[in-house]
Amino acid sequence: MAHTLELRAATALITDPMIPVWYGIERLKRETHDTFTLGLAPANGTGVASFSPGQFNMLYVFGVGEVPISISSDPENCPALEHTTRMVGAVTKAMGALKRGDLIGVRGPFGTPWPVAEEAGRDFLIVAGGIGLAPLRPALYALMKQREKYRKIVLLYGARTPEDILYRHELERWRGKFDLEIQVTVDRGASGWRGNVGVVTTLVGRSPFDPSNTVALVCGPEVMMRFAVMELQKRGVAPQRIFLSMERNMKCAIGFCGHCQYGPAFICKDGPVFRFDRIAPIFGKAEI
Amino acid sequence: MIQSLESVIRQHPFFRGLEERHIQFIVGCAKNVRFDQNQYIFREGDAADQFYFIREGLVSVELMVPQKGPATVQTVGEGDVLGWSWLAPPYRWHFDARALHKIHALDFDGKCLRAKCEEDHDLGYEILKRFANVVTERLDATRLQLLDLYGAHA
Amino acid sequence: MAAKSSKNANSVAIDATRLSQLFTAISNRGFEVMGPTVREGAIVYDRLNSVEDLPRGRTDEQNAGQYRLTQRHDQSFFGYNLGPHSWKKFLHQPIRRLWKCARNGGGFQITAEEAGLLKYALIGVRACELHALAVLDKVLAAGAYADPEYKARRDKLFIVAVNCAQAGGTCFCASMKTGPRATSGYDLALTEILDGESHYFFVEVASERGAEVMAEVPHREAKAADREIVDRLMAETSSHMGRALDIGGLKELLYRNSEHPRWDNVAMRCLTCANCTMVCPTCFCTTVEDVTDLAGQQAERWRKWDSCFAMDFSYIHGGSVRATAKSRYRQWITHKLASWVDQFGEFGCVGCGRCITWCPVGIDITEEVRAIRESELPVSGTR
Repeated sequence: MAHTLELRAATALITDPMIPVWYGIERLKRETHDTFTLGLAPANGTGVASFSPGQFNMLYVFGVGEVPISISSDPENCPALEHTTRMVGAVTKAMGALKRGDLIGVRGPFGTPWPVAEEAGRDFLIVAGGIGLAPLRPALYALMKQREKYRKIVLLYGARTPEDILYRHELERWRGKFDLEIQVTVDRGASGWRGNVGVVTTLVGRSPFDPSNTVALVCGPEVMMRFAVMELQKRGVAPQRIFLSMERNMKCAIGFCGHCQYGPAFICKDGPVFRFDRIAPIFGKAEI
Repeated sequence: MIQSLESVIRQHPFFRGLEERHIQFIVGCAKNVRFDQNQYIFREGDAADQFYFIREGLVSVELMVPQKGPATVQTVGEGDVLGWSWLAPPYRWHFDARALHKIHALDFDGKCLRAKCEEDHDLGYEILKRFANVVTERLDATRLQLLDLYGAHA
Repeated sequence: MAAKSSKNANSVAIDATRLSQLFTAISNRGFEVMGPTVREGAIVYDRLNSVEDLPRGRTDEQNAGQYRLTQRHDQSFFGYNLGPHSWKKFLHQPIRRLWKCARNGGGFQITAEEAGLLKYALIGVRACELHALAVLDKVLAAGAYADPEYKARRDKLFIVAVNCAQAGGTCFCASMKTGPRATSGYDLALTEILDGESHYFFVEVASERGAEVMAEVPHREAKAADREIVDRLMAETSSHMGRALDIGGLKELLYRNSEHPRWDNVAMRCLTCANCTMVCPTCFCTTVEDVTDLAGQQAERWRKWDSCFAMDFSYIHGGSVRATAKSRYRQWITHKLASWVDQFGEFGCVGCGRCITWCPVGIDITEEVRAIRESELPVSGTR
């Protein structure tokens, strides 16, 4: 909680929250055929803005437009803010064409974080679908940073095909180095793939966590989250211990434009991370 | 600690709630089996006279597609039940099941259970209920796979 | 905010002929004076060069989807209610550039638009509109961030309120407890009184700025008799509202009826034209547009009014979350009368009735709520 207040204080110093700060592209990695990760650091050489796992930035490509992208770096070890982005529209495609050294306007960080620090002593079950792993990655880093504070940590990650798996090397490293159980599955296999095939929700039922003492963090396409929540509840995880990251159209990210409203919540400031019981009345309702 | 076959059956959620006499019968139909990596557990078209409960390892449920090779539709792993074609005529497997890793499983004699279910409809109903649930779960999962949720603008 | 609230703080009376002096006293102080004037068959809010620009002797007849200007039998300055404009156009501009950005060597240089260059005086602000401004304050100037232009203009605002001596055909401020009497949020509040031969204004002074202005206008002390006339006028206006809305348990009513068949009924009529959101004094949604010149040397960021009725409004991942007219109408009314309460502690609606008047098919927000209240179905046990 205190961290969030500090963040608010830091961002309040900016007199106009609609003006981006220029960051340069320090690192650029092609993850898959349509997904890339940018590592950004301030162009004027100052330190990167601090952030909490689950938060996002508004990234602006000069003359093209601005989009909300989750921050996917390690919050404690972050020389450059990483953003894993999928090319789906004009702005993200323009971003995908940029090179190391190019500038991107950054506003943020915005949004509510995953509840990592406040849930010591629990099992953590992380369910990620597709690019939903990106906003969960900082939470994984935070959990591993203080590994002894938590009991079982399980990551269930579903990707479209083996070629679409993000952060492959890191997943292997985490598996080996930390006491972290990782199960990866793909919707569609490929020759040479000897792992799970099937949607990620099928992994929840047989995962070894204690439902009475587990916090679940879920992020992915809304349909996947609906079924994941169903499986979690079937296993007996309490609605107050399930957290989701929601997404809606976003323009200003500061609660003024009204676009990101989800029921009474503004996803830019009341989310994107929501405790499930708080959105249960509208979650899954058509066209809300 | 090696668990006895009987204790594994009694503890698994799939068999929970069965009457004692039914459990005894099922234990009688069961045996431990092992498969090596890449070994087929069953093949499309073969007689379907058993079902399996996977204790360890991952199984690929697949079809051999001409010119393409084996295509995995789903994998089935630890704690899962494998195989329902033994329940209804013509009692033939519709897919291949191949061990992706070393498999340790329980093999249940389907022929024997079928006969017993015909005789004892109470047992038959309990077995069918449980398998209906397995099929529902696999169907839900398959439908989600079909939606290709991670595809571009699915 | 400049105006302070104080009922009966200091009341005076001025003859109707002195209105122009009041006007001069205000415009001499460098304010851009805005108020009601007739344009293209409607009373809109625009620049007033003098009191001659006011719609003297005019009145409006309003109903669902209907608006007509007619002549009064008297020469009152403010004998009408509300037109399609609301005061938000001066504080929360329909189109505004936020910043310009130019290529500069290897980098970019951003120049923000200056805020608060103009100061406005608003003449003829009704009680419901004062509440609408307070509602917008909570949205745009009270959270973690404040819109700098809104705040700058709002702080400098000089407000001359007017108490409605008649209720409009689509008005329901009494139901929303936002009128007809202006109680706070103004510098001066006028009640126009036509009593036989006399034509004068009862003026409530609620701020120092207001007192300074009144010092330049010949006036007399207000008398008990004046106050009685004002009270009587307010009571009459209250009892002749064109519409009514039962706000008891309204938030919960709308939350639990998100699947009510009435929404399908509205959807058959609603054109999603967004008129209601444009005329509503509290609708605040905007969009942000990034544009560039053809050479790619200069870029600009603009903010424009937007509407939740637009298809694009809820667009993500290749489609709109709210694609049907049903979902968009439901979103608008649920936000206005339910979610707003959870977001800002009050209703977003002030009962001005504009959305009813200016809906081309005459959809009436009070009728829609009534229909749902009267035909609530028993809960069907989903979830």
